[in-house]
Amino acid sequence: MNLTLRIWRQTGPEDKGRMVTYPVEDISPDMSFLEMLDVLNERLTLAGEEPVAFDHDCREGICGMCGMMINGNAHGPQRGTTACQLHMRQFTDGETIDIEPWRARAFPVVKDLVVNRNAFDQIIAGGGFVTAPTGSAPEAHAAPVAKADADAAFESAACIGCGACVAACPNGSGMLFTAAKVTQLSLLPQGQPERYTRVIGMVDSHDDAGFGGCTNAGECTVVCPKGIPLHTIGRLNRDYLAATAKHTGRS
Amino acid sequence: MDLYTEGNPVTDTRAPDGPIEGRWDSRRFNAKLVNPANRRKLTVIVVGTGLAGGSAAATLAEQGYRVRSYCYQDSPRRAHSIAAQGGINAAKNYRNDGDSVHRLFYDTVKGGDFRSRESNVHRLAEVSVNIIDQCVAQGVPFAREYGGLLDTRSFGGAQVQRTFYARGQTGQQLLLGAYQALERQVGLGNVEMNTRHEMLELIVVDGRARGIVVRDLVTGEITTEFADAVVLASGGYGNVFYLSTNAKGCNVTATWRAHRQGAYFANPCYTQIHPTCIPVSGDHQSKLTLMSESLRNDGRVWVPKAEGDDRDPREIPEDERDYYLERIYPSFGNLVPRDIASRAAKNVCDEGRGVGPTRLGVYLDFADAIQRLGRKSIEAKYGNLFEMYERITGEDPYEVPMRIYPAVHYTMGGLWVDYDLQATIPGLFVIGEANFSDHGANRLGASALMQGLADGYFVLPNTIANYLAAGPFEKLEPSHPAAVEARRTVEDRIHRLLSVDGDRTVDSFHRELGQIMWEHCGMERSAAGLRKAVDEIRALREEFWQRVRIVGDADGLNQSLEKAGRVADFFELAELMCIDALHREESCGGHFRAEHQSPDGEAQRDDERFAYVAAWEYGSEQPVLHKEDLTFEYVHPTQRSYK
Repeated sequence: MNLTLRIWRQTGPEDKGRMVTYPVEDISPDMSFLEMLDVLNERLTLAGEEPVAFDHDCREGICGMCGMMINGNAHGPQRGTTACQLHMRQFTDGETIDIEPWRARAFPVVKDLVVNRNAFDQIIAGGGFVTAPTGSAPEAHAAPVAKADADAAFESAACIGCGACVAACPNGSGMLFTAAKVTQLSLLPQGQPERYTRVIGMVDSHDDAGFGGCTNAGECTVVCPKGIPLHTIGRLNRDYLAATAKHTGRS
Repeated sequence: MDLYTEGNPVTDTRAPDGPIEGRWDSRRFNAKLVNPANRRKLTVIVVGTGLAGGSAAATLAEQGYRVRSYCYQDSPRRAHSIAAQGGINAAKNYRNDGDSVHRLFYDTVKGGDFRSRESNVHRLAEVSVNIIDQCVAQGVPFAREYGGLLDTRSFGGAQVQRTFYARGQTGQQLLLGAYQALERQVGLGNVEMNTRHEMLELIVVDGRARGIVVRDLVTGEITTEFADAVVLASGGYGNVFYLSTNAKGCNVTATWRAHRQGAYFANPCYTQIHPTCIPVSGDHQSKLTLMSESLRNDGRVWVPKAEGDDRDPREIPEDERDYYLERIYPSFGNLVPRDIASRAAKNVCDEGRGVGPTRLGVYLDFADAIQRLGRKSIEAKYGNLFEMYERITGEDPYEVPMRIYPAVHYTMGGLWVDYDLQATIPGLFVIGEANFSDHGANRLGASALMQGLADGYFVLPNTIANYLAAGPFEKLEPSHPAAVEARRTVEDRIHRLLSVDGDRTVDSFHRELGQIMWEHCGMERSAAGLRKAVDEIRALREEFWQRVRIVGDADGLNQSLEKAGRVADFFELAELMCIDALHREESCGGHFRAEHQSPDGEAQRDDERFAYVAAWEYGSEQPVLHKEDLTFEYVHPTQRSYK
């Protein structure tokens, strides 16, 4: 396949950035999208041009490191698929493909397609955990968990923290990410003692980190590579309302 | 041999004796403690945030130490433990199927082909039960039965169901548990988290590991960081093969730099080739994807009986198929350990019975299981794996058998550590895949997660206190001569890499190195091949330093520069791996020497000559071999049989 790529190039946070056009030839439909970028980068290097910086690591859709807007869609056109798992057979010969970084206030661009997502870690540090210091755990079977709850908790826990939800949101909100963790832990007995302080702590951290508010646009769930459903945000809202009503831990 | 010299034996002076069941208790009782008020005066650097590093950093911070944590990724949650699919072993015996600490110990020593330490493995089996408790308490959503209790499944090399799992994403869920515990400590101010930082040198002062040189990958700034102890949890070195199931960034630099500073590197040739990966599809391939071993619970492995049979697999009748694992190993069948399954796949492909466009593949067929259990049940167990397979290959595994082939997956070798997990440099501790100690010559499935968390949650936080009790050590400044020198080494190397300005890319060298290693130091090794590999690696390394091209500078994010530094270290490691493989004139676990096999093609150990750990000391001319003898008091070494 032969393709025309238009890629966002930005040398650093201060640079304004611009789209640059690169033709690529002889692309195999069996290549992953990132392998196609590898081909381009090899060629740029040999020509003495700086290769395109992009984040990636496991290349099997689980680490959450990769992420880019491909033709305006977070992670590209295939549903439920990260950029590293997207394969070129999803595109047609001769196509022009626009590639841009995540764009959100909470995710400043570092270089080219690389953004800073430390804000997600801040949300987790704000309460996305169960306080269970090593060594203090009771026997694993001390608290049975209904299979339906365990399965539902797992579905929310499947979030990979890639940030597609934020990039797709018109408000740059990180609410789907936040809600996924809130939902996982509030469905499990181990998460109950901190259920209400957690939701307040995480939402406060979310707001402090520069994410926008959620207006239920629903774009997040469409692009989520792990299919985290919109109703997790509903659960977060219910817990948040209950928590504020209780005035628990509100500073 | 002309490629190395032999030095004095090395002994594990921390290993307690007495009955094996009491050794860990006895070590914990005899180890020195640090009182809680003094802990906050002590700083520990932890490099890597996977299961081992993340759990260690969180636990040390909970205990009251000041922790500084480093990872090259943009978040500690990205470490490659996240990609582990299948599960985690623990001797809970919830199935009442005859499991026990002793059986897990026995299976692991046997699975490792009698090349691991009994004391270490027994401790691992003991703490395995605590790990499950700990993870459940953190809210890890393990798979459960309808009664609300934890579900388990079988893994290779075991005849009991002791593997706990969270669908096909067990590593992810365990890592997120550790990551959340870590972030809690970050929030409390007990851990200073440094993301997008890469350790490029170890700082040794007066014989003690006292710090590291790191490069901030975003700004390019190089700094020297100090602590009372340094913990390396930087993972394995499978990417020396270029193509592996490791993440693209996985590298040997942290451990290799420590090795060059004096830490012994043990058993580097022990590499695990995982039998069930998606076959290579072309020259563009940048990494290989694992299909979890758990699939062998329900999938049946086969190839056509006839060579070159090109028919659609669904049209090949039963009596023309060879379910070779079930045929050769009737008692373990499709669940033989990984080394055995991989070699069997290689053998049938060598016979010309491989399948797929490259003929380097075998079928993993779920037709029987789908018929027996229904598609829904298979979907519930393996849905995400089936989807991933389809995305990558464009084929639907519910309809057509999967095609799989072995690929490099894990490295059992690593820095040598004693029972306390301390390297030969005092104050340097090594945990998880980065050390060598528990898996011998072959790791059993679902044991990597167990070992990473055992080391990080339960072993290191106890043993490191014995060392830290002598601290805090002298306060160091960046102007200390040892720090200045370590920093200069890093700067010179970066300068040298950038100034080559040649005409070949880093990846082209890495790919070529990988081909040499796969051909000569992969699933089957021979003396002639390994010698050839050493020559080829040396020539390629020389060419690298003359022809590599890195565009851009060192003053900001430069991913080619990062890769180049890692590949430069892989060259040196690759040579040591080949020398280690050459010197070990026996076959054991993942190390298969063509010259040493039984008449029916099984690995032939030589316990008389090789029942030892090969711990290599760095030498600027030649490596120096130090042997640590292995003794077996509880599990008598036998020819491993899974028939």
